[in-house]
Amino acid sequence: MASISPYGKRFISYIRQSQIRRLVGSGVRIDGRTPHQLRDVSIRTNVVNTADGSAEALLGKTRVVAGVKVGLGQPFPDTPDEGVLIVNAEILPHASPYSEIGPPDETAIELARVVDRGIRHSGFVDFKKLAIDQNKVYVLWVDLYVLNDDGNLVDAANLAALAALRSTMLPSAVKDEAGVKLDRNNKTALPSDLSKAPIAVSIGKIDSRIIVDPNLEEELSLDGRITITIAQDSIVSMQKTAGYFTEQELWQAVDLAYSIRDKLRDVLLKSLV
Amino acid sequence: MKQPPVPLLVEGRRADGRAPDQMRDVRISVGVISNADGSAMVSYGNTTAVAAVYGPREMHPRHLSLPDKAVMRVRYHMAPFSTKDERKNPAPSRREIEISKVLREALEPAIFLEQFPRSRIDVFVEIVQADGSTRVASLTAASLALADAGVPMRDLVIGVSVGLVNGVVVLDLNGLEDNYGEGDMPVGYMPNLGRITLLQLDGAWSRDRFAEAVKLAVKGAEYVYGKAREALKAKYFEIAEEVAK
Repeated sequence: MASISPYGKRFISYIRQSQIRRLVGSGVRIDGRTPHQLRDVSIRTNVVNTADGSAEALLGKTRVVAGVKVGLGQPFPDTPDEGVLIVNAEILPHASPYSEIGPPDETAIELARVVDRGIRHSGFVDFKKLAIDQNKVYVLWVDLYVLNDDGNLVDAANLAALAALRSTMLPSAVKDEAGVKLDRNNKTALPSDLSKAPIAVSIGKIDSRIIVDPNLEEELSLDGRITITIAQDSIVSMQKTAGYFTEQELWQAVDLAYSIRDKLRDVLLKSLV
Repeated sequence: MKQPPVPLLVEGRRADGRAPDQMRDVRISVGVISNADGSAMVSYGNTTAVAAVYGPREMHPRHLSLPDKAVMRVRYHMAPFSTKDERKNPAPSRREIEISKVLREALEPAIFLEQFPRSRIDVFVEIVQADGSTRVASLTAASLALADAGVPMRDLVIGVSVGLVNGVVVLDLNGLEDNYGEGDMPVGYMPNLGRITLLQLDGAWSRDRFAEAVKLAVKGAEYVYGKAREALKAKYFEIAEEVAK
Protein backbone atom coordinates (compact mmCIF):
# COMPACT_ATOMS: atom_id res chain seq x y z
CA MET A 1 0.00 0.00 0.00
CA ALA A 2 2.12 2.78 -1.34
CA SER A 3 0.00 5.60 -0.05
CA ILE A 4 0.51 4.72 3.57
CA SER A 5 2.81 7.37 4.91
CA PRO A 6 6.16 5.92 5.91
CA TYR A 7 7.77 6.53 9.23
CA GLY A 8 10.69 8.61 10.41
CA LYS A 9 13.81 7.14 9.02
CA ARG A 10 15.63 10.13 10.43
CA PHE A 11 16.79 9.97 13.99
CA ILE A 12 19.04 11.70 16.47
CA SER A 13 20.60 10.45 19.68
CA TYR A 14 18.90 11.40 22.93
CA ILE A 15 22.08 12.98 24.24
CA ARG A 16 22.51 15.22 21.18
CA GLN A 17 18.83 16.12 21.20
CA SER A 18 18.88 17.16 24.85
CA GLN A 19 22.01 19.24 24.22
CA ILE A 20 20.31 21.10 21.36
CA ARG A 21 17.18 21.65 23.42
CA ARG A 22 19.10 22.83 26.48
CA LEU A 23 21.08 25.30 24.38
CA VAL A 24 17.96 26.78 22.80
CA GLY A 25 16.50 27.12 26.28
CA SER A 26 19.40 29.38 27.20
CA GLY A 27 19.15 31.44 24.00
CA VAL A 28 21.94 29.98 21.88
CA ARG A 29 22.04 27.28 19.24
CA ILE A 30 24.14 24.26 18.42
CA ASP A 31 25.82 26.07 15.50
CA GLY A 32 26.39 29.29 17.45
CA ARG A 33 23.45 31.24 16.04
CA THR A 34 20.96 33.31 18.03
CA PRO A 35 17.33 32.09 17.98
CA HIS A 36 16.20 34.50 15.23
CA GLN A 37 19.35 34.34 13.10
CA LEU A 38 19.40 32.84 9.62
CA ARG A 39 22.31 30.84 8.29
CA ASP A 40 24.29 32.39 5.41
CA VAL A 41 22.08 32.61 2.35
CA SER A 42 23.35 32.76 -1.19
CA ILE A 43 21.53 32.50 -4.48
CA ARG A 44 23.03 32.17 -7.96
CA THR A 45 21.05 32.13 -11.17
CA ASN A 46 21.74 30.51 -14.56
CA VAL A 47 23.68 27.62 -13.10
CA VAL A 48 22.50 25.13 -15.77
CA ASN A 49 22.62 26.32 -19.35
CA THR A 50 20.49 23.52 -20.81
CA ALA A 51 17.47 24.67 -18.76
CA ASP A 52 15.22 27.59 -19.72
CA GLY A 53 15.84 29.00 -16.24
CA SER A 54 17.85 27.79 -13.27
CA ALA A 55 19.21 28.78 -9.89
CA GLU A 56 21.00 27.38 -6.89
CA ALA A 57 20.19 28.38 -3.33
CA LEU A 58 22.43 27.74 -0.37
CA LEU A 59 21.10 28.06 3.15
CA GLY A 60 24.05 27.20 5.32
CA LYS A 61 25.02 23.75 4.06
CA THR A 62 21.59 23.04 2.59
CA ARG A 63 21.88 23.15 -1.17
CA VAL A 64 19.03 23.09 -3.69
CA VAL A 65 19.16 23.49 -7.47
CA ALA A 66 16.00 24.51 -9.30
CA GLY A 67 15.64 24.04 -13.04
CA VAL A 68 12.79 25.34 -15.19
CA LYS A 69 11.83 23.74 -18.46
CA VAL A 70 9.11 25.33 -20.55
CA GLY A 71 6.70 23.13 -22.46
CA LEU A 72 3.37 23.34 -24.23
CA GLY A 73 0.14 21.86 -23.02
CA GLN A 74 -3.54 22.27 -22.41
CA PRO A 75 -4.87 24.60 -19.72
CA PHE A 76 -6.76 23.26 -16.71
CA PRO A 77 -10.52 23.28 -17.51
CA ASP A 78 -11.29 25.72 -14.67
CA THR A 79 -8.61 28.22 -15.78
CA PRO A 80 -8.73 28.10 -19.61
CA ASP A 81 -6.91 31.43 -20.01
CA GLU A 82 -3.91 30.67 -17.78
CA GLY A 83 -0.61 28.85 -18.18
CA VAL A 84 0.23 25.81 -16.05
CA LEU A 85 2.76 25.44 -13.24
CA ILE A 86 4.06 22.00 -12.25
CA VAL A 87 6.47 21.77 -9.34
CA ASN A 88 8.32 18.57 -8.59
CA ALA A 89 10.95 17.91 -5.93
CA GLU A 90 13.56 15.19 -5.63
CA ILE A 91 15.63 14.70 -2.53
CA LEU A 92 18.61 13.02 -4.14
CA PRO A 93 20.27 10.01 -2.50
CA HIS A 94 23.31 12.29 -2.28
CA ALA A 95 21.49 14.63 0.06
CA SER A 96 21.80 12.90 3.43
CA PRO A 97 22.28 9.49 5.01
CA TYR A 98 18.47 9.37 5.41
CA SER A 99 17.52 9.76 1.75
CA GLU A 100 17.11 6.70 -0.41
CA ILE A 101 16.89 5.90 -4.11
CA GLY A 102 13.34 5.84 -5.42
CA PRO A 103 10.39 7.95 -6.44
CA PRO A 104 9.68 11.09 -4.37
CA ASP A 105 8.52 10.12 -0.87
CA GLU A 106 6.00 12.04 1.23
CA THR A 107 8.62 14.59 2.34
CA ALA A 108 9.59 15.41 -1.25
CA ILE A 109 5.95 15.55 -2.34
CA GLU A 110 5.09 17.90 0.51
CA LEU A 111 8.12 20.08 -0.29
CA ALA A 112 7.03 20.45 -3.92
CA ARG A 113 3.42 21.15 -3.01
CA VAL A 114 4.24 23.79 -0.40
CA VAL A 115 6.53 25.66 -2.84
CA ASP A 116 3.88 25.29 -5.56
CA ARG A 117 1.11 26.79 -3.41
CA GLY A 118 3.19 29.85 -2.52
CA ILE A 119 3.98 30.64 -6.16
CA ARG A 120 0.44 29.90 -7.32
CA HIS A 121 -1.33 32.21 -4.86
CA SER A 122 1.15 35.11 -4.86
CA GLY A 123 0.77 36.52 -8.38
CA PHE A 124 4.58 36.35 -8.76
CA VAL A 125 4.20 34.75 -12.22
CA ASP A 126 1.59 36.27 -14.50
CA PHE A 127 -0.12 33.07 -15.64
CA LYS A 128 -2.61 35.01 -17.78
CA LYS A 129 0.28 36.01 -20.08
CA LEU A 130 1.17 32.33 -20.54
CA ALA A 131 -1.92 31.48 -22.56
CA ILE A 132 -1.16 31.07 -26.29
CA ASP A 133 -4.60 30.36 -27.76
CA GLN A 134 -7.88 28.62 -26.90
CA ASN A 135 -6.38 25.30 -25.91
CA LYS A 136 -2.61 25.82 -25.91
CA VAL A 137 -0.73 27.32 -22.99
CA TYR A 138 2.82 27.40 -21.71
CA VAL A 139 3.60 24.77 -19.07
CA LEU A 140 6.29 25.70 -16.55
CA TRP A 141 8.01 22.62 -15.18
CA VAL A 142 9.92 23.55 -12.05
CA ASP A 143 12.16 20.75 -10.77
CA LEU A 144 13.69 21.19 -7.34
CA TYR A 145 16.77 19.05 -6.78
CA VAL A 146 18.06 18.77 -3.24
CA LEU A 147 21.80 18.08 -3.39
CA ASN A 148 22.53 18.42 0.32
CA ASP A 149 19.98 18.37 3.13
CA ASP A 150 21.08 20.20 6.24
CA GLY A 151 17.56 21.16 7.22
CA ASN A 152 14.96 23.72 6.17
CA LEU A 153 14.57 22.45 2.63
CA VAL A 154 11.37 24.45 2.08
CA ASP A 155 12.92 27.91 2.49
CA ALA A 156 15.93 27.01 0.34
CA ALA A 157 13.88 25.29 -2.39
CA ASN A 158 11.45 28.20 -2.48
CA LEU A 159 14.26 30.74 -3.00
CA ALA A 160 15.81 28.54 -5.70
CA ALA A 161 12.43 28.23 -7.46
CA LEU A 162 11.83 32.00 -7.39
CA ALA A 163 15.30 32.80 -8.71
CA ALA A 164 15.03 30.12 -11.40
CA LEU A 165 11.64 31.43 -12.56
CA ARG A 166 12.95 34.99 -12.51
CA SER A 167 15.83 33.92 -14.78
CA THR A 168 13.58 31.91 -17.11
CA MET A 169 13.57 32.83 -20.77
CA LEU A 170 10.35 31.81 -22.48
CA PRO A 171 10.81 30.28 -25.97
CA SER A 172 8.50 31.96 -28.44
CA ALA A 173 5.48 30.02 -29.63
CA VAL A 174 5.34 29.58 -33.41
CA LYS A 175 2.08 28.64 -35.10
CA ASP A 176 1.91 26.79 -38.41
CA GLU A 177 -0.42 24.24 -40.09
CA ALA A 178 0.92 21.47 -37.85
CA GLY A 179 0.01 23.42 -34.70
CA VAL A 180 2.04 25.31 -32.13
CA LYS A 181 5.76 24.75 -31.58
CA LEU A 182 8.39 26.28 -29.34
CA ASP A 183 11.30 28.18 -30.90
CA ARG A 184 14.22 28.08 -28.45
CA ASN A 185 16.31 30.40 -30.64
CA ASN A 186 13.91 33.21 -29.92
CA LYS A 187 13.26 33.86 -26.23
CA THR A 188 11.73 36.55 -24.03
CA ALA A 189 11.81 36.91 -20.25
CA LEU A 190 9.06 35.10 -18.33
CA PRO A 191 6.53 37.70 -17.12
CA SER A 192 6.98 37.92 -13.34
CA ASP A 193 6.61 40.58 -10.67
CA LEU A 194 9.37 40.57 -8.05
CA SER A 195 7.37 42.76 -5.67
CA LYS A 196 4.94 39.83 -5.33
CA ALA A 197 7.60 37.18 -4.70
CA PRO A 198 6.31 34.66 -2.12
CA ILE A 199 8.94 34.13 0.59
CA ALA A 200 8.73 30.96 2.67
CA VAL A 201 9.90 31.22 6.28
CA SER A 202 10.14 28.06 8.39
CA ILE A 203 9.97 28.39 12.12
CA GLY A 204 10.70 25.83 14.80
CA LYS A 205 9.64 25.57 18.41
CA ILE A 206 11.50 24.04 21.33
CA ASP A 207 9.46 24.16 24.54
CA SER A 208 7.92 27.57 23.95
CA ARG A 209 10.97 29.17 22.32
CA ILE A 210 10.76 30.06 18.66
CA ILE A 211 13.73 29.69 16.30
CA VAL A 212 14.14 30.41 12.58
CA ASP A 213 15.78 28.35 9.87
CA PRO A 214 16.28 25.12 11.86
CA ASN A 215 19.18 22.97 10.66
CA LEU A 216 18.81 19.22 10.25
CA GLU A 217 19.73 18.28 13.82
CA GLU A 218 17.43 20.97 15.18
CA GLU A 219 14.59 19.72 12.97
CA LEU A 220 14.96 16.35 14.67
CA SER A 221 14.71 17.97 18.11
CA LEU A 222 11.72 20.29 17.64
CA ASP A 223 8.35 20.34 19.41
CA GLY A 224 6.78 22.09 16.43
CA ARG A 225 7.59 23.34 12.98
CA ILE A 226 5.62 25.56 10.64
CA THR A 227 6.30 27.16 7.26
CA ILE A 228 4.69 30.54 6.63
CA THR A 229 4.84 31.97 3.10
CA ILE A 230 4.30 35.70 2.69
CA ALA A 231 3.83 37.71 -0.49
CA GLN A 232 3.50 41.50 -0.22
CA ASP A 233 1.47 41.86 2.99
CA SER A 234 -0.53 38.65 2.71
CA ILE A 235 0.02 35.18 4.02
CA VAL A 236 -0.32 33.00 0.91
CA SER A 237 0.53 29.59 2.29
CA MET A 238 1.08 27.84 5.59
CA GLN A 239 1.98 24.30 6.50
CA LYS A 240 2.49 22.93 9.97
CA THR A 241 4.95 20.09 9.49
CA ALA A 242 5.65 18.81 13.00
CA GLY A 243 4.32 18.89 16.54
CA TYR A 244 1.85 21.54 17.69
CA PHE A 245 1.45 25.27 18.32
CA THR A 246 -0.78 27.09 20.77
CA GLU A 247 -2.61 30.16 19.49
CA GLN A 248 -0.14 32.39 21.33
CA GLU A 249 2.84 30.63 19.77
CA LEU A 250 1.21 30.91 16.37
CA TRP A 251 0.92 34.72 16.61
CA GLN A 252 4.58 34.86 17.64
CA ALA A 253 5.56 32.69 14.68
CA VAL A 254 3.61 34.87 12.24
CA ASP A 255 5.19 38.10 13.57
CA LEU A 256 8.65 36.58 13.33
CA ALA A 257 7.94 35.28 9.82
CA TYR A 258 7.13 38.80 8.61
CA SER A 259 10.45 40.18 9.87
CA ILE A 260 12.52 37.26 8.53
CA ARG A 261 10.69 37.56 5.21
CA ASP A 262 12.16 41.07 4.77
CA LYS A 263 15.68 39.73 5.24
CA LEU A 264 15.26 36.83 2.80
CA ARG A 265 13.61 39.11 0.25
CA ASP A 266 16.58 41.50 0.40
CA VAL A 267 18.99 38.63 -0.28
CA LEU A 268 16.83 37.47 -3.19
CA LEU A 269 16.60 40.95 -4.70
CA LYS A 270 20.35 41.54 -4.38
CA SER A 271 21.21 38.25 -6.05
CA LEU A 272 18.90 38.96 -8.98
CA VAL A 273 20.40 42.30 -9.98
CA MET B 1 -10.71 34.78 -11.07
CA LYS B 2 -12.98 31.78 -11.54
CA GLN B 3 -16.68 32.62 -11.52
CA PRO B 4 -18.90 30.47 -9.28
CA PRO B 5 -22.12 29.07 -10.81
CA VAL B 6 -24.15 30.64 -7.98
CA PRO B 7 -23.22 33.58 -5.71
CA LEU B 8 -21.30 32.31 -2.67
CA LEU B 9 -22.56 34.93 -0.24
CA VAL B 10 -25.72 37.04 -0.42
CA GLU B 11 -26.64 39.38 2.44
CA GLY B 12 -24.68 37.39 4.97
CA ARG B 13 -26.09 34.01 3.86
CA ARG B 14 -24.04 31.37 2.08
CA ALA B 15 -25.15 29.44 -1.01
CA ASP B 16 -26.49 26.60 1.15
CA GLY B 17 -28.29 29.01 3.49
CA ARG B 18 -25.77 28.94 6.34
CA ALA B 19 -24.45 31.89 8.33
CA PRO B 20 -20.67 32.47 7.97
CA ASP B 21 -19.90 30.94 11.38
CA GLN B 22 -22.18 27.93 11.01
CA MET B 23 -21.14 24.30 10.56
CA ARG B 24 -23.06 22.02 8.25
CA ASP B 25 -25.05 19.23 9.90
CA VAL B 26 -22.49 17.17 11.88
CA ARG B 27 -23.20 13.45 12.27
CA ILE B 28 -20.84 11.16 14.15
CA SER B 29 -20.98 7.49 15.05
CA VAL B 30 -18.31 5.24 16.52
CA GLY B 31 -17.79 1.47 16.35
CA VAL B 32 -19.07 1.23 12.79
CA ILE B 33 -16.60 -1.47 11.68
CA SER B 34 -16.78 -4.55 13.89
CA ASN B 35 -13.46 -6.07 12.77
CA ALA B 36 -11.43 -2.96 13.56
CA ASP B 37 -10.03 -2.23 17.02
CA GLY B 38 -11.70 1.16 16.72
CA SER B 39 -13.70 2.96 14.08
CA ALA B 40 -15.77 6.05 13.42
CA MET B 41 -17.85 7.63 10.72
CA VAL B 42 -18.01 11.40 10.53
CA SER B 43 -20.16 13.50 8.20
CA TYR B 44 -19.96 17.25 7.75
CA GLY B 45 -22.97 17.84 5.50
CA ASN B 46 -22.38 15.78 2.36
CA THR B 47 -18.76 14.96 3.20
CA THR B 48 -18.38 11.53 4.81
CA ALA B 49 -15.19 9.98 6.16
CA VAL B 50 -14.89 6.46 7.59
CA ALA B 51 -11.88 5.71 9.79
CA ALA B 52 -10.62 2.37 11.10
CA VAL B 53 -7.82 1.78 13.57
CA TYR B 54 -5.81 -1.43 13.91
CA GLY B 55 -3.33 -1.64 16.74
CA PRO B 56 -1.22 -1.14 18.63
CA ARG B 57 -0.01 -4.34 16.98
CA GLU B 58 3.25 -5.95 15.98
CA MET B 59 5.33 -3.99 13.50
CA HIS B 60 5.91 -5.64 10.15
CA PRO B 61 8.51 -5.56 8.73
CA ARG B 62 10.28 -5.77 12.05
CA HIS B 63 13.33 -3.71 11.11
CA LEU B 64 11.10 -0.65 10.66
CA SER B 65 9.97 -0.72 14.27
CA LEU B 66 11.32 1.84 16.70
CA PRO B 67 12.87 0.78 20.01
CA ASP B 68 11.41 3.66 22.03
CA LYS B 69 7.94 4.25 20.61
CA ALA B 70 5.18 3.02 18.36
CA VAL B 71 5.19 3.88 14.68
CA MET B 72 2.02 5.40 13.40
CA ARG B 73 0.86 4.95 9.84
CA VAL B 74 -1.97 6.93 8.33
CA ARG B 75 -3.61 6.47 4.98
CA TYR B 76 -6.06 9.04 3.65
CA HIS B 77 -7.78 7.85 0.51
CA MET B 78 -10.71 8.95 -1.62
CA ALA B 79 -13.01 6.34 -3.12
CA PRO B 80 -13.26 6.56 -6.94
CA PHE B 81 -16.98 7.34 -6.67
CA SER B 82 -16.62 9.98 -3.96
CA THR B 83 -16.32 13.01 -6.25
CA LYS B 84 -19.01 14.90 -8.15
CA ASP B 85 -17.30 15.00 -11.54
CA GLU B 86 -15.34 12.20 -13.20
CA ARG B 87 -14.30 8.97 -11.49
CA LYS B 88 -11.27 9.56 -9.34
CA ASN B 89 -8.35 7.31 -10.19
CA PRO B 90 -7.97 5.05 -7.13
CA ALA B 91 -4.15 5.17 -7.33
CA PRO B 92 -2.86 7.40 -4.53
CA SER B 93 -2.32 10.93 -5.81
CA ARG B 94 0.33 13.36 -4.63
CA ARG B 95 -2.45 15.21 -2.84
CA GLU B 96 -3.50 12.07 -0.94
CA ILE B 97 0.10 11.28 0.02
CA GLU B 98 0.56 14.81 1.37
CA ILE B 99 -2.72 14.67 3.30
CA SER B 100 -1.78 11.28 4.78
CA LYS B 101 1.42 12.90 6.06
CA VAL B 102 -0.21 15.99 7.57
CA LEU B 103 -2.94 13.89 9.20
CA ARG B 104 -0.33 11.61 10.78
CA GLU B 105 1.53 14.65 12.07
CA ALA B 106 -1.74 16.06 13.39
CA LEU B 107 -2.54 12.87 15.33
CA GLU B 108 0.93 12.02 16.66
CA PRO B 109 1.00 14.85 19.25
CA ALA B 110 -2.20 13.41 20.77
CA ILE B 111 -1.00 9.85 21.28
CA PHE B 112 1.25 8.34 23.94
CA LEU B 113 3.32 6.53 21.30
CA GLU B 114 6.14 5.97 23.84
CA GLN B 115 3.87 3.53 25.71
CA PHE B 116 4.04 1.04 22.82
CA PRO B 117 7.66 0.56 21.75
CA ARG B 118 8.36 -1.67 18.74
CA SER B 119 4.70 -1.72 17.71
CA ARG B 120 2.62 0.13 15.18
CA ILE B 121 -0.74 1.82 15.08
CA ASP B 122 -2.51 1.91 11.72
CA VAL B 123 -5.16 4.47 10.88
CA PHE B 124 -7.05 4.15 7.60
CA VAL B 125 -9.43 6.85 6.46
CA GLU B 126 -11.63 6.50 3.41
CA ILE B 127 -13.60 9.37 1.94
CA VAL B 128 -16.80 7.79 0.65
CA GLN B 129 -18.46 11.06 -0.31
CA ALA B 130 -16.66 14.37 -0.85
CA ASP B 131 -18.11 17.86 -0.65
CA GLY B 132 -15.23 19.96 0.70
CA SER B 133 -13.38 19.76 4.04
CA THR B 134 -12.51 16.10 3.55
CA ARG B 135 -9.17 16.21 5.37
CA VAL B 136 -10.64 17.77 8.50
CA ALA B 137 -13.59 15.35 8.57
CA SER B 138 -10.95 12.61 8.23
CA LEU B 139 -9.02 14.00 11.18
CA THR B 140 -12.09 14.01 13.45
CA ALA B 141 -12.97 10.48 12.31
CA ALA B 142 -9.39 9.25 12.84
CA SER B 143 -9.09 10.64 16.36
CA LEU B 144 -12.48 9.21 17.33
CA ALA B 145 -11.49 5.82 15.92
CA LEU B 146 -8.30 5.95 18.01
CA ALA B 147 -10.32 6.82 21.11
CA ASP B 148 -12.78 4.03 20.29
CA ALA B 149 -9.83 1.62 20.01
CA GLY B 150 -8.79 2.60 23.54
CA VAL B 151 -5.44 4.03 22.45
CA PRO B 152 -4.22 6.30 25.28
CA MET B 153 -4.56 9.90 24.15
CA ARG B 154 -3.79 13.35 25.54
CA ASP B 155 -6.90 14.81 23.91
CA LEU B 156 -9.11 14.34 20.89
CA VAL B 157 -8.02 16.17 17.75
CA ILE B 158 -10.95 17.86 16.04
CA GLY B 159 -10.69 18.98 12.43
CA VAL B 160 -12.56 21.95 10.97
CA SER B 161 -11.94 24.10 7.94
CA VAL B 162 -12.28 27.84 7.59
CA GLY B 163 -12.13 29.78 4.36
CA LEU B 164 -12.34 33.18 2.79
CA VAL B 165 -15.45 33.81 0.68
CA ASN B 166 -16.01 37.27 -0.83
CA GLY B 167 -13.66 38.65 1.81
CA VAL B 168 -15.64 37.07 4.68
CA VAL B 169 -14.20 34.37 6.94
CA VAL B 170 -16.50 31.34 6.91
CA LEU B 171 -16.57 28.05 8.81
CA ASP B 172 -16.67 24.55 7.29
CA LEU B 173 -16.22 25.04 3.54
CA ASN B 174 -18.37 22.97 1.23
CA GLY B 175 -17.12 21.83 -2.19
CA LEU B 176 -18.44 24.93 -3.96
CA GLU B 177 -16.76 27.33 -1.54
CA ASP B 178 -13.57 25.27 -1.66
CA ASN B 179 -13.45 25.58 -5.48
CA TYR B 180 -14.42 29.21 -5.83
CA GLY B 181 -13.44 30.87 -2.54
CA GLU B 182 -10.31 33.01 -2.14
CA GLY B 183 -8.72 31.00 0.62
CA ASP B 184 -8.83 27.77 2.53
CA MET B 185 -7.44 26.85 5.94
CA PRO B 186 -7.84 23.39 7.45
CA VAL B 187 -7.20 23.28 11.20
CA GLY B 188 -6.78 20.45 13.70
CA TYR B 189 -7.35 21.46 17.31
CA MET B 190 -7.11 19.80 20.72
CA PRO B 191 -10.01 21.40 22.62
CA ASN B 192 -8.83 20.65 26.16
CA LEU B 193 -5.15 21.48 25.68
CA GLY B 194 -5.61 24.39 23.26
CA ARG B 195 -3.06 23.01 20.82
CA ILE B 196 -3.16 23.35 17.05
CA THR B 197 -1.82 20.18 15.45
CA LEU B 198 -2.97 20.62 11.86
CA LEU B 199 -2.60 23.91 10.08
CA GLN B 200 -2.46 24.46 6.37
CA LEU B 201 -3.43 27.55 4.46
CA ASP B 202 -3.60 28.79 0.93
CA GLY B 203 -5.04 31.79 -0.83
CA ALA B 204 -4.29 35.37 0.15
CA TRP B 205 -4.91 36.25 3.79
CA SER B 206 -4.18 39.47 5.63
CA ARG B 207 -2.87 39.06 9.17
CA ASP B 208 -6.21 40.23 10.60
CA ARG B 209 -8.25 37.80 8.50
CA PHE B 210 -5.89 34.99 9.49
CA ALA B 211 -6.28 35.79 13.20
CA GLU B 212 -10.06 35.91 12.76
CA ALA B 213 -9.94 32.56 10.95
CA VAL B 214 -7.99 30.86 13.75
CA LYS B 215 -10.51 32.12 16.33
CA LEU B 216 -13.42 30.87 14.21
CA ALA B 217 -11.74 27.48 13.72
CA VAL B 218 -11.30 27.10 17.49
CA LYS B 219 -14.96 27.95 18.03
CA GLY B 220 -16.01 25.44 15.36
CA ALA B 221 -13.77 22.74 16.81
CA GLU B 222 -15.28 23.24 20.26
CA TYR B 223 -18.75 22.78 18.80
CA VAL B 224 -17.77 19.57 16.97
CA TYR B 225 -16.00 18.35 20.12
CA GLY B 226 -19.36 18.40 21.96
CA LYS B 227 -20.86 16.18 19.26
CA ALA B 228 -17.81 13.89 19.31
CA ARG B 229 -18.05 13.34 23.07
CA GLU B 230 -21.74 12.53 22.78
CA ALA B 231 -21.01 9.97 20.05
CA LEU B 232 -18.27 8.29 22.09
CA LYS B 233 -20.53 8.04 25.13
CA ALA B 234 -23.56 6.95 23.12
CA LYS B 235 -21.83 3.68 22.25
CA TYR B 236 -21.52 2.80 25.95
CA PHE B 237 -25.09 3.81 26.72
CA GLU B 238 -26.18 1.41 24.00
CA ILE B 239 -24.11 -1.37 25.55
CA ALA B 240 -25.56 -0.58 28.98
CA GLU B 241 -29.08 -0.79 27.58
CA GLU B 242 -28.27 -4.14 25.94
CA VAL B 243 -27.02 -5.46 29.27
CA ALA B 244 -30.09 -4.16 31.12
CA LYS B 245 -32.33 -6.16 28.80
